[in-house]
Amino acid sequence: MSKQIRQLERVVIRFAGDSGDGMQLTGDRFTSETAQLGNDISTLPNFPAEIRAPAGTLPGVSSFQVHFADYDILTPGDAPNVLVAMNPAALKANLVDLPRGADIIVNTDEFTKRNLAKVGYASSPLDDDTLAGYAVHPVALTSMTIGALAELDVSKKDAERAKNMFALGLLSWMYSRPYESTLRFLERKFAKRPELVAANIAAFKAGWNFGETTEDFAVRYEVKPAKMPPGTYRNITGNAALSLGIVAAGVRSGLPVFLGAYPITPASDILHELSKHKRLGVTTMQAEDEIAAVGAALGASYGGALGVTTTSGPGVALKSETISLAVALELPLVIVDVQRAGPSTGMPTKTEQADLNIALFGRHGEAPVAVIAPKSPSDCFHAALEAARIALTYRTPVILLSDNYVANGSEPWLLPDVASLPDLRVEFATAPNSEDGSTFLPYLRDPQTLARPWAVPGTPGLEHRIGGLEKADKTGDISYDPANHDYMVRTRAARIETIPVPDVEVEDPDGDARVLVLGWGSTYGPIGAACRALRQRGLPVAQAHLRHLAPMPANLGAVLRSYDRVIIPEMNLGQLAHVIRARYLVDAIGYNQVRGLPFTATELETMLEEVLKNV
Amino acid sequence: MSEPVALKLTAKDFKSDQEVRWCPGCGDYAILAAVQQFMPELNIPRENIVFVSGIGCSSRFPYYMNTYGMHSIHGRAPAIATGLSVSRPDLSVWVVTGDGDALSIGGNHLIHALRRNVNLKILLFNNRIYGLTKGQYSPTSEVGKITKSTPVGSADAPFNPLSLALGAEATFVGRTIDSDRKHLQSVLRAAAEHSGSAFVEIYQNCNIFNDGAFEQLKEPGIRDDHLIRLEHGQPITFGKDGQFCVVHPPAGFGLEVRETASTPADEIVVHDATVADPAYAFALSRLPGFDLRNTPIGVFRSVHRPSYDSVVQGQLAEAKAAVSETPEQQLAGLLGSGDTWTIAG
Repeated sequence: MSKQIRQLERVVIRFAGDSGDGMQLTGDRFTSETAQLGNDISTLPNFPAEIRAPAGTLPGVSSFQVHFADYDILTPGDAPNVLVAMNPAALKANLVDLPRGADIIVNTDEFTKRNLAKVGYASSPLDDDTLAGYAVHPVALTSMTIGALAELDVSKKDAERAKNMFALGLLSWMYSRPYESTLRFLERKFAKRPELVAANIAAFKAGWNFGETTEDFAVRYEVKPAKMPPGTYRNITGNAALSLGIVAAGVRSGLPVFLGAYPITPASDILHELSKHKRLGVTTMQAEDEIAAVGAALGASYGGALGVTTTSGPGVALKSETISLAVALELPLVIVDVQRAGPSTGMPTKTEQADLNIALFGRHGEAPVAVIAPKSPSDCFHAALEAARIALTYRTPVILLSDNYVANGSEPWLLPDVASLPDLRVEFATAPNSEDGSTFLPYLRDPQTLARPWAVPGTPGLEHRIGGLEKADKTGDISYDPANHDYMVRTRAARIETIPVPDVEVEDPDGDARVLVLGWGSTYGPIGAACRALRQRGLPVAQAHLRHLAPMPANLGAVLRSYDRVIIPEMNLGQLAHVIRARYLVDAIGYNQVRGLPFTATELETMLEEVLKNV
Repeated sequence: MSEPVALKLTAKDFKSDQEVRWCPGCGDYAILAAVQQFMPELNIPRENIVFVSGIGCSSRFPYYMNTYGMHSIHGRAPAIATGLSVSRPDLSVWVVTGDGDALSIGGNHLIHALRRNVNLKILLFNNRIYGLTKGQYSPTSEVGKITKSTPVGSADAPFNPLSLALGAEATFVGRTIDSDRKHLQSVLRAAAEHSGSAFVEIYQNCNIFNDGAFEQLKEPGIRDDHLIRLEHGQPITFGKDGQFCVVHPPAGFGLEVRETASTPADEIVVHDATVADPAYAFALSRLPGFDLRNTPIGVFRSVHRPSYDSVVQGQLAEAKAAVSETPEQQLAGLLGSGDTWTIAG
């Protein structure tokens, strides 16, 4: 029986199940298949902090959303068109996000009395009118998987665990995905247990064949490749891109990279990734605590390496004193903060942008640093290189503000040509620099960059002492002179403030917008999608996005003043808006949410439409 | 390998141009002079020597050494020095710290540097008081210490720094005294020769806030009856006339002091710093009483374990040896790894 094939422009699928059901892996594989096909994609994983929350409960639900389209997209999608619910908890937790008419594929085997009771369903939603208005596809996923593997030499438990591959097979069939990469992936993943390779491949194929034969799925869908710039692509998460950016910074600077890190969600993946690249001169040290992690990185920088430390909000607080020391020592240091919902432990696997204040201001004394925020998963690569460039050129700590949304989300990445990446080579001091050439002055600055010389131990004739005590200009000797301290404080501030950064670009295609939406970091996607939607409806709106938060682009004040209204959506209570209002005396209005989730494009569109009406 | 060239450095070469600003009479002067005089022995070019310190009186030390140096932040010197030492195995890295810096605010970094066996020479100047903050009790002050912050006496028990270091399985542990230059230099020499972490406690007098803390160990008439001078391979006897000795009691876990005259010679412990089990050195570290009676000085423990630095460098070298491509080629391969797809122009 050949099935009808329908063309779609875009689809949003959410895979949801228990945290032990392998939904992240399933989503990841589907994404990879989709990327191979050339669709544009954007993904959003959402999982609990607990490794295994009690099975079958609402807090234990883990999901992975993937948005793919035949045009370029900016977000993982607001509302799923398809929900795969592996159990009643997954259905209940995700139903609220599902518009009527959406497809729901449920694993009926898990809809037992006990599982229903665990999430407070008095009767099965499959039997009452809870799902009226949805296209429900009941599939006995677990039992069909076990049935398909009956002939294979695997335990019942292993057979049952392969049910996510059955689901993946079914969805791959529904959306006509190429699956060769998944088969190769399974062969690699279970290389040491061939019986599991066979089981998972069999489960995948059973799911595919089930779609092909069952009458419940009458239609197959296709989403044509998106028109994207030519080149070679890979799908990449923000944490992976950021790690590669740091590796690339090492290669392009010719310096060894030293990462000091203490495990913390959601930054640990960067430590894991960087620990694999020893052959490129990357040393990683899992330190005893956050303070030691940044201390060791600073020690390595002192010795001539590119010192990097990775963490999340609570770790930034602990590192604060050492970052101030790095400000005083004027040594390169990259601090990566993958923001999560706070304060304190907060919601470690949920996203937020509430560390802007600590990045800009969270140190004792006048201790300015440069701050950069990537706008998307693949942008993390370039943002990491830019952070390293500023740190190395201006001998300063740089804070790179990623967040959980860009860190774990993914999108296609057009692979850059290595030769086109910025040249980050540095010159170490090699000889005395006083006017008469007799002595070394560790705080004699480059007049252009205001950077001091980087004289690493091992350089004969340049022996000198540095420290946290205030230093005399040029000589670096301990100084309590009032005028000198005033000069040094102002000079350290000027050193950051005068770093040249690119002008902020404004997207206002028709040039007739009166409202500017200003964002920073990971809100780029939802803001961009909302602005596009408004423009398509004939409502002009301008978008500007800040990558450099310290220093800010030179043209920002003029840009802000050229619009009647400035709206700043942030996943915090208005931290950028506060800075903008204070700095530029512009009556910027904040739009703020702290729900641990990214903005949806729809809510921003609705909000902005109201603003446009009232201008 | 060719013979190293004799650098012919002198103590003067290690003196920086900075005015030394400790209080007159401070024990730190004696330590500084002893270190500056000892340094030429290492025959290491000055540029390859780095002193890293934390905060406190002792931590001003790097400013006075004409080597590379960093006066960092309170308690963090071992962490900073670890990053430096691991990434620069060509350097000789020394940490100068005090009892507050190393054992209070920086306790965590100290024990982790020791357990990792980072190639650091850690000199802990122990004066049993907070000097720079003007006289509060420290984590090595005796119980009941009356200070500005403890007017009716401190309530907390002190650390025994050597016991702590041995508990962290430090591979080299020694103790010496500021006033005995010859002994101090002999312990520094042994520490410098050690590969891995070398932990040296230096009893140091703070003549302003805790004067005479170690007087019994210094006063000519008394000291010999208090000090146990450890010599590797020698029976442990001490006292003006060698009248005391150290034995393993048949019952119990530790070591005990006995009178030599009534102890059979073969029961006297022969000091062996290379005993693998840290329990022996730990027992030595427990000998002193609260009045400093039976205080061993010298090298308690010196055993071999690969340093953290050498293991990390070994992993890097092994990884690098396996590649023939340039870093740029490797990077290009790395960026394009995993599932990729190409869109034609």
